[in-house]
Amino acid sequence: MTTTAPPGVPPAVWAALETVLDPELDEPITGLDFVESCTVSGGGVARVRLRLPTFFCAPNFSFLMVADAYDAVSAVEGVTRAEVTLADHHASDEINGGVAAQAGFTGSFAGEAVAELDELRRTFLTKAAVAGQDRVARPLVDAGAGPDELAAMTLGDAPDSVDKRRLRERRERLGLPPGDDAPLLMHPDGSPVTSAQVPLHLRRARLQRIGIETNGEYCKSLLAARYAKSGS
Amino acid sequence: MYEKDGEKYFIVDSHSHFWDASRENWVEGQEQYAKGWIDCFYGYHQLGPPETQWDWEKYLKITESDFEKDVFEEGHVDVAIFQSTYLKSWYKNGFNTAEQNAALIDKFPDKLIVNGRWDPREGDAGLRQLEEDARRYNLKGVKLYTAEWSAGSRGWKLTDPAAYVFLEKCEELGITNIHVHKGPTIWPLDKDAFDVADVDHAATDFQGLNFIVEHVGLPRIEDFCFMAVQEPNVYAGLSVVTGGLMHARPKFFAKVMGELLFWVGEDKMLFGSDYSIWEPKWQVEGLVDWQMPDDPSLADYPRLTTASRKKILGLNAAKLYGIEVPAECRLPTTAAEPMQPGEELVEGTAGAQA
Repeated sequence: MTTTAPPGVPPAVWAALETVLDPELDEPITGLDFVESCTVSGGGVARVRLRLPTFFCAPNFSFLMVADAYDAVSAVEGVTRAEVTLADHHASDEINGGVAAQAGFTGSFAGEAVAELDELRRTFLTKAAVAGQDRVARPLVDAGAGPDELAAMTLGDAPDSVDKRRLRERRERLGLPPGDDAPLLMHPDGSPVTSAQVPLHLRRARLQRIGIETNGEYCKSLLAARYAKSGS
Repeated sequence: MYEKDGEKYFIVDSHSHFWDASRENWVEGQEQYAKGWIDCFYGYHQLGPPETQWDWEKYLKITESDFEKDVFEEGHVDVAIFQSTYLKSWYKNGFNTAEQNAALIDKFPDKLIVNGRWDPREGDAGLRQLEEDARRYNLKGVKLYTAEWSAGSRGWKLTDPAAYVFLEKCEELGITNIHVHKGPTIWPLDKDAFDVADVDHAATDFQGLNFIVEHVGLPRIEDFCFMAVQEPNVYAGLSVVTGGLMHARPKFFAKVMGELLFWVGEDKMLFGSDYSIWEPKWQVEGLVDWQMPDDPSLADYPRLTTASRKKILGLNAAKLYGIEVPAECRLPTTAAEPMQPGEELVEGTAGAQA
């Protein structure tokens, strides 16, 4: 799902922000209304301010979003410097200072964190790749495809869709086969799903999707309630 | 008791609070966290129906008479179970301690059950305290926050050897209901604090204890369901599910209920209002009126019967806590054995519609 750049925001900078996902919700921060403001000065300094649904949103995911936004915006042609900050959060100071100093997560939370967040990110990408199989396979199931058929299908057999592109992209980031010849249904470790395993696999994929999407709905409701007063 | 269309429902609110987030109780220098915490709760509060929402000042601290009115008089609740939340780093006298709860117990001895707490990091002193609390409050349950920050420690797991000592002590003291908060949390920072894997192991090793996962692990409901389907002594605490979704996101409420009914089953789901995040009245009435919507995408989820509503709203929790249920609210004992969660999968009958 893509959104249009708000007035005054250079489309290239907005497009960069659209590549930044909330790792837990598997959705771009732009569509989630997490970008409070974004300006680019005449000298090419991009200033982005992010906001989240609650004061206590998990600092690890919060950090990833700020750091990813920093990387994405810094890479935009014409941007000489990026300043990305997080507003109204219990760990704003640590996160903002840490990202600006490129200190990594452990450097930003010295004494509180002992590892970077690669494993955490991977866990959630894996979840996203499971949920994505429900999005792509559900219409096929509804159209009457049975377990044998589904187990034999490749990604190329499924009609092209936003969801299919999204699934490919998640698999790619995980190092799982993303191509047309890859199985449509796949366990988290990349092994194929047998026809006997299809019903349970799809049940799990649907539950995973509902888990992520419900979490997303929760976050959207909380964000709307939190910032309703400021008229945004 | 709640009566509707000639049916009588015995209501056990398995997750209720009586908190003090007033400014006077904020720890000096920690005000932003104390305020941030209650603001966070208030955000959740605003997901309820507009006519049930309070103003923020009232939300900070309620009175005993507010509690009596909202829970017992208007909220239909027969028995409420108090969960304790200490948070003493931010609130001078604690946010919601067993002592605060106990004051209300004296007033409503037949209608309130207070749950205690423990923290394995407190060692022997913690064990002694637990013994004392068990005696004083006749504890049948505890509420545990595995992600609570304490003196530089970033949380703990139920599988820690020190936690097993406390679980053994619970068995010994007859504290059979272990409520575990697996919901919105902060620490430990570099891990996913919602991970329910430790409940899985502990539930296997302590078959005599019941593990009630509060907020059904939201936002990790999938991990919770995969685990609960395998563990007969793991239960789903519905607080936050009903309050946060039934009004604000009805379609998602239906999906989550459908998944819980499928994986966990109606015999292991416990209503909890999470008062005073939300009032019980609209949640109880809403659950009694609720049915899985007629929607093709929801067609293969189990439907609720009057019996399932009675179990979820009170009978399941009454069984866990040994609460006597009036005869008029019980279910006929001749009812057929319900299907076990996931049984369809074992038999492969769900395959066609998966």
